[in-house]
Amino acid sequence: MFDQFDALLLARFQFAFTVSFHFIFPSFSIGLASYLAVLEGLWLWTGREVYLNLFKYWLKIFALAFAMGVVSGIVMSYQFGTNWSVFSDKAGPIIGPLMAYEVMTAFFLEAGFLGIMLFGMGRVGRKLHFAATLAVAVGTFISAFWILSANSWMQTPVGYAVNEAGQFVPQDWWAIIFNPSFPYRLVHTVMAAYLTTALVVGGVGAWHLLRERTNKGARVMFSMAMGMISVVAPLQILAGDMHGLNTLEHQPAKVMAMEGHFKSHPDGAPLILFGIPDQEAGTVRNAIEIPKASSLILKHDLDAPLNGLDTVDRANWPYVPVVFWSFRIMVGLGFAMLGLGMLGLWARFRGRLYDWRPLHWLALAMGPAGFVAVIAGWVTTEVGRQPFTVYGLLKTAASASPLEAPAVAASLLTFIVVYFIVFGAGTGYILKLMGKAPHPGETGPEAGRDPIRTAGITPAPAVSPARTLGAEA
Amino acid sequence: MTPLLDLPTLWAFVIAFAVFAYVVMDGFDLGIGILFPFFEPGPERDSAMNSVAPVWDGNETWLVLGGGGLMATFPLAYAIILPALYAPIIAMVLALIFRGVAFEFRWRDPGHRRYWDVAFTTGSIVATLAQGITLGALLQGIVVEGRSYAGGWWDWLTPFSLLVGVSLVIGYALLGATWLVMKTEGAVQNHSFRLAGKLALGLIACIGLVSAATPFLSGAYYERWFAWPQVLFTAQVPLLVGLCSGALLVSVVRRWEYWPFLLTLGLFALCLLGLGVSMFPYVVPNAVTIHQAAAPPASLQFMLVGASVLIPIILAYTGYSYWVFRGKTGHEGYH
Repeated sequence: MFDQFDALLLARFQFAFTVSFHFIFPSFSIGLASYLAVLEGLWLWTGREVYLNLFKYWLKIFALAFAMGVVSGIVMSYQFGTNWSVFSDKAGPIIGPLMAYEVMTAFFLEAGFLGIMLFGMGRVGRKLHFAATLAVAVGTFISAFWILSANSWMQTPVGYAVNEAGQFVPQDWWAIIFNPSFPYRLVHTVMAAYLTTALVVGGVGAWHLLRERTNKGARVMFSMAMGMISVVAPLQILAGDMHGLNTLEHQPAKVMAMEGHFKSHPDGAPLILFGIPDQEAGTVRNAIEIPKASSLILKHDLDAPLNGLDTVDRANWPYVPVVFWSFRIMVGLGFAMLGLGMLGLWARFRGRLYDWRPLHWLALAMGPAGFVAVIAGWVTTEVGRQPFTVYGLLKTAASASPLEAPAVAASLLTFIVVYFIVFGAGTGYILKLMGKAPHPGETGPEAGRDPIRTAGITPAPAVSPARTLGAEA
Repeated sequence: MTPLLDLPTLWAFVIAFAVFAYVVMDGFDLGIGILFPFFEPGPERDSAMNSVAPVWDGNETWLVLGGGGLMATFPLAYAIILPALYAPIIAMVLALIFRGVAFEFRWRDPGHRRYWDVAFTTGSIVATLAQGITLGALLQGIVVEGRSYAGGWWDWLTPFSLLVGVSLVIGYALLGATWLVMKTEGAVQNHSFRLAGKLALGLIACIGLVSAATPFLSGAYYERWFAWPQVLFTAQVPLLVGLCSGALLVSVVRRWEYWPFLLTLGLFALCLLGLGVSMFPYVVPNAVTIHQAAAPPASLQFMLVGASVLIPIILAYTGYSYWVFRGKTGHEGYH
């Protein structure tokens, strides 16, 4: 009995660990792929050298981030089977096809055109190369579409029946794909990816502006990033609010945990800003509250009644402290991003975007904030969904593989060691690339030249150097 | 009364195709990793790696389709096989991590290039060995009770599964060597020809051993291969393997550039066919058939719509990507 629980806990920890690591890379590469497409498009349109240099500068970083995203993603696609085999058996008929569509519509597209995007500059024409960049960018977006559809279905399952083997059988694919929480989750996550990337680009731009105020590349990337943040941060807060209302409708227990509402409030619930949730006692200690504000936010009415976890069977409570704190980290960072965006706007109108050093320091400090917010948001939604894998229908405890604790412990330990070595090194390389200032004549991760002699199936393509992206003067 | 080609059977073929596509494509780039230590650091290794750098990512995606596809189409088989092969599967994904990042990292960090080269080779060998062991363990049978795996955590480790594992390492190495014969010239090509000769002999010996052992793993396999009059059909497989092997050796000795790779692929295709003869209609041998494991028709139909449109498109642009990077590979100037 204890062994079983132990293996379950270890399997959950392993999943949380590997997903958190993995999630960092797509949330960066979704935004970066779009940014690269914009840069290349601007270069083709305006012919300005600085865009090409920035494209090549960020392409090197993208290549590293993408490779790490791919390898950590393969882990995820097999972990469903190794550690969560009962879930795979039962939810496979619904989750499986959604993920298969992700592979067929997105992974292959990204992987197939990535080679051309990274190494094909000297081999295909400009427009074809731009098409490859667009294909990769669109691929990352399609990937987000399917994976969030699958995840959202697990949060708000509809359109299914259950057969005699206990499997979820699809009844209405349209309802499954566009399940009630999917649109909110998709918008919120994709905007999070854009914000994350903008913060990184802005941080890198700020770092180089602090060292060399006149660097043209640094100016352009800082300006673009600050512009992006000032537009997306407020939209993201709006989307987050709508997502929250949707969650209240479909997963009320999650919102109760986020808000720290152990008790019901029949005449207006307070907004708990800070406090220490005590799961055992079912209360939030030392709470600092704004009376009735929670009702105002969630119901748009000061006196609207709000239910608390006391209306939910205690066996179905999520672990409140984690959800409560991760939610506050996410929201706090979201408002900090809004602040950064507004300061950026203010500096721009005053014509001081490139020489107001406090702004650059702030942008630099906020560089990694997107990653923290994304992980915190993910923890909020996933821990808040507990104790279920398929909300209200399949418990996490009933989803795991029949594994022994030592097997899970050994694999978990190996994952931790390997991830810290590999992704530690990779992050180091990315930071090293970011530490170098963008300059004219960036090389990018390109093949540079054609093969010395092109024997083989056919001769090399006769693309004149002047027409190719990769041609260097 | 089942029709000849119902949905589960059709999907079994699609999954088999994905597995074969994976072997065809990732096989040679894993093979290059396996052979890496045989090449001199510097230009030889650089051009070996350059020959696959633009395409490896797409190649590996077939593995994701194989795994994800199995979960989608035969969820019960996925739920039984993966826990049964817990250790090799985990080893495989970890090895693929090292190998995958080595493509980028070795260029980014010349100071530690030696270590990333070791990671590339070790990752490629371990991933291949794990895939071979997985196949061998599946073939020798998995203990099933109800809807889940009921054996021990080391059941997969047998002389037979190790034999299949080693065979696959030799097989992928041969794919890698024959790929390099096509994609390189000069010293690397000469080197690859020499390796290809030895590896071809090794692979042929391994195929012989595995084929000889398989019918004795279970009575059912023996039946499927040797029952009269089926044997008239099944006997064609070893005959073709013999012909293909002979042609492969000739092509290597005569230093033909393309035939060694194609004939090695031919051998792999025949081995897959042999595997099909042994296992069909089971997906977990002698325990779960493809019909028992199949997802509900609503799932299979939904995916079939997409797969029938998307897989040809995928093959088309994958082909295009190979076309862009056709010709011999240089060793300069990557990254």
